[in-house]
Amino acid sequence: MAEGLAEHEASHPALQHHFENLEQQREAGTLGMWVFLVTEIMFFGGMFFAYTLYRTKEPASFASASNHLDLTLGAINTVVLILSSLTMALAVYSAQIGKRINLMVCLTLTIVLGMTFLGIKAVEYRAKYDDHLIPGKLIPGRPFGPEVAQHGEPYDKHKLHLLPGAEVKKVEMFYWIYFAMTGMHAVHMIIGVGLLSVLLFFSWRGRYGPEYHNPVEISGLYWHFVDIIWIFLFPLLYLLGRHLEHL
Amino acid sequence: MKPFESFELPSASRVNYLNADYGLKSWLLTRDHKRIAILYLGSISAFFFIGGLYAMFIRLELLTPQGDLLASTTYNKVFTQHGIIMIFFFLIPSIPATLGNFLVPLMIGAKDLAFPRINLLSWYIYLLGGIVTIWALLAGGIDTGWTFYAPYSTTFSNSYVVATGAGIFITGFSSILTGLNFIVTVHTMRAPGMTWFRLPLFIWSLYATSLIMILGTPVIAITILLLAFERLSHVGIFDPANGGDPVLFQHLFWFYSHPAVYIMVLPGMGVISEIIANFSRKNIFGYKFVAFSSMAIAVFGFLVWGHHLFVASQSVYAGMIFSFLSFAVAIPSAIKVFNWAATLYKGSISFDTPMLYALGFIGLFTIGGMTGLFLASLAVDVHLSDTYFVVAHFHYIMVGGTLLAYLGGLHYWWPKIFGRMYPEGWGRFSALVVFVGFNLTFLPQFIAGYLGMPRRYHAYPPEFQVFNVLSTAGASILGVGLVVPFIYLLWSMRYGKRAEPNPWHLPGLEWRTASPPPTENFLETPQVTWAAYEFAPPEELQVIGKFKDEGVKTSG
Repeated sequence: MAEGLAEHEASHPALQHHFENLEQQREAGTLGMWVFLVTEIMFFGGMFFAYTLYRTKEPASFASASNHLDLTLGAINTVVLILSSLTMALAVYSAQIGKRINLMVCLTLTIVLGMTFLGIKAVEYRAKYDDHLIPGKLIPGRPFGPEVAQHGEPYDKHKLHLLPGAEVKKVEMFYWIYFAMTGMHAVHMIIGVGLLSVLLFFSWRGRYGPEYHNPVEISGLYWHFVDIIWIFLFPLLYLLGRHLEHL
Repeated sequence: MKPFESFELPSASRVNYLNADYGLKSWLLTRDHKRIAILYLGSISAFFFIGGLYAMFIRLELLTPQGDLLASTTYNKVFTQHGIIMIFFFLIPSIPATLGNFLVPLMIGAKDLAFPRINLLSWYIYLLGGIVTIWALLAGGIDTGWTFYAPYSTTFSNSYVVATGAGIFITGFSSILTGLNFIVTVHTMRAPGMTWFRLPLFIWSLYATSLIMILGTPVIAITILLLAFERLSHVGIFDPANGGDPVLFQHLFWFYSHPAVYIMVLPGMGVISEIIANFSRKNIFGYKFVAFSSMAIAVFGFLVWGHHLFVASQSVYAGMIFSFLSFAVAIPSAIKVFNWAATLYKGSISFDTPMLYALGFIGLFTIGGMTGLFLASLAVDVHLSDTYFVVAHFHYIMVGGTLLAYLGGLHYWWPKIFGRMYPEGWGRFSALVVFVGFNLTFLPQFIAGYLGMPRRYHAYPPEFQVFNVLSTAGASILGVGLVVPFIYLLWSMRYGKRAEPNPWHLPGLEWRTASPPPTENFLETPQVTWAAYEFAPPEELQVIGKFKDEGVKTSG
């Protein structure tokens, strides 16, 4: 096996000692990331399951709580993430064809878009904090307790407008799911930004090229995965109540 | 201490993974899967010892009907911590992380696992999780039972639930990383000619185990995270007083924890397949059936969790389906048992220590499995639920199954791991002691449970005392049977007879390299042309490749 290898590949600096060649190393890395993403699906799956259960039990409360979320910011964030997926895909392509500058530009753009997402998310969290919507006693001295709009009161975006059949206690359940899911998603985004920063450093050093670019590829897989989670979260959390608004 | 300095035979001067480098740093920063396996071996042995101490207190308390040795609150903590340590820190990592880590690359002809650094990381994560858990136990312990049922765990328990949960959460990632590493390694690192159906059955069983590890463990991780979230923030996730659903907790918990039983027993089944075939010197009967039954167990194992909820407000129709599926999962397990029996038939059987453990496994696992069918029957389960019958049932699987397989495997591969033979006489003796002690401990519990003795109480009606005295007596014998191997295995590391590369003349790739193997595992990349259990005359089963000093020897 080893004899058949091209000399330059067998001695490639990125080839680890226990692999026969770069192709085997690439396959292992890619499969490893896919397997890891499967574990991630199961990890988020537990929360999607809880969401499904409680939404089925409390549709009106969930719709009322969902209506209070900032649809505009959520939609902007969705666009931001989809754009970042595009720049990530371009980064992988640039690495494959060996365009170092393009790779660095695309990675930087992806990082900036990721940070933008996190920034917008922070603004949203802040608004929830202001409206006393942090569930339970998570924040000491600031328990869950939104101001509830009276029936027939004009729309006030800082007040909780309950649909018929909704209860404040059940709205709190929506918010723990909201914070658990988006919080866990944000943690994954932060890890992703960290990964991409490492990639940016090494692409500045010129490590990736047509021969060896697997780290860029599998980090891309991870980034797309985190985006896809959001693509599920956005409709489930932000859009679910819209059709129930005029009950 | 450098126990491997004093080799006297010519091959002793050869570099192997143990003497390639010395010092603490060479171990703590190693990326060699064999050294990481030894690190795991040491740490899980320590946890096994701690878990065993808790078991000792349980058995001592239950010697008398009165709750006299331990207060009820202390007893709650003791059985909880026995369960947590044994399950999360011994049984789940036991065979995969030690024997699996050591053998997967050797058996498939690779130089290492696909991700050596992740492998080392998994050990550190395991250790960190272990330290956090031990800290929680020392700080005050946990009394929820190893199942953490809500709302007791989320609201009422005053013990260290979050800290213990954090320890288990962390340790879970070591399990995920091990599973990931094995799956990728089996897919991408097999030697030329090592096709899927030439893989030893141990590899198939570890592959199936890894699938469960990567699919199940993340779910327990998120469940524990939500539990901690609820405990800290007092929102209603699982506590019905706050609008949560405690049955949701049970579903999420058992979605992992039932498959976790297969994480514990599947690797054991793989070890037994190896030992039965190799010590009968016969090709395994129905190789593909045994291989695919592992996969079937991994798949079906995910569909039976509801049988833990038969008496927990689950709908009766769901109960019927889960009951049926639980019966169905017995089929692949039975296929294995029948194939092992058929392999023994007309085999050239030798009753070495590993074989004694393997035969013990078959008997005990069968009892454990069959009593599982009692519990899977809806009506019978109403009577037996939460009694000692359940306790006896799962100990037959976990101790009679996994622990015996682990000990059998440890003896079987000991010469390969340390290059020294264990003392055969002591080995057979302790295998018999373990078998007798185990049965004496847990057979009476079936009866006590059937007669209605509930689990998890420190006091019980006096009519159950006879069973408990028998059980405690058995546990003492079992304890002796476990301490003896511990002593002679340690002894043999330095004083045991030096092992041949292939002491049992077996065709497996792990036997076709030196004992202990060199750091790179093989002298040259093996070309596999034989099936897993294709026996050949000893002269055809030599070490693959040449040692550097062999040329010197012939010319001199």
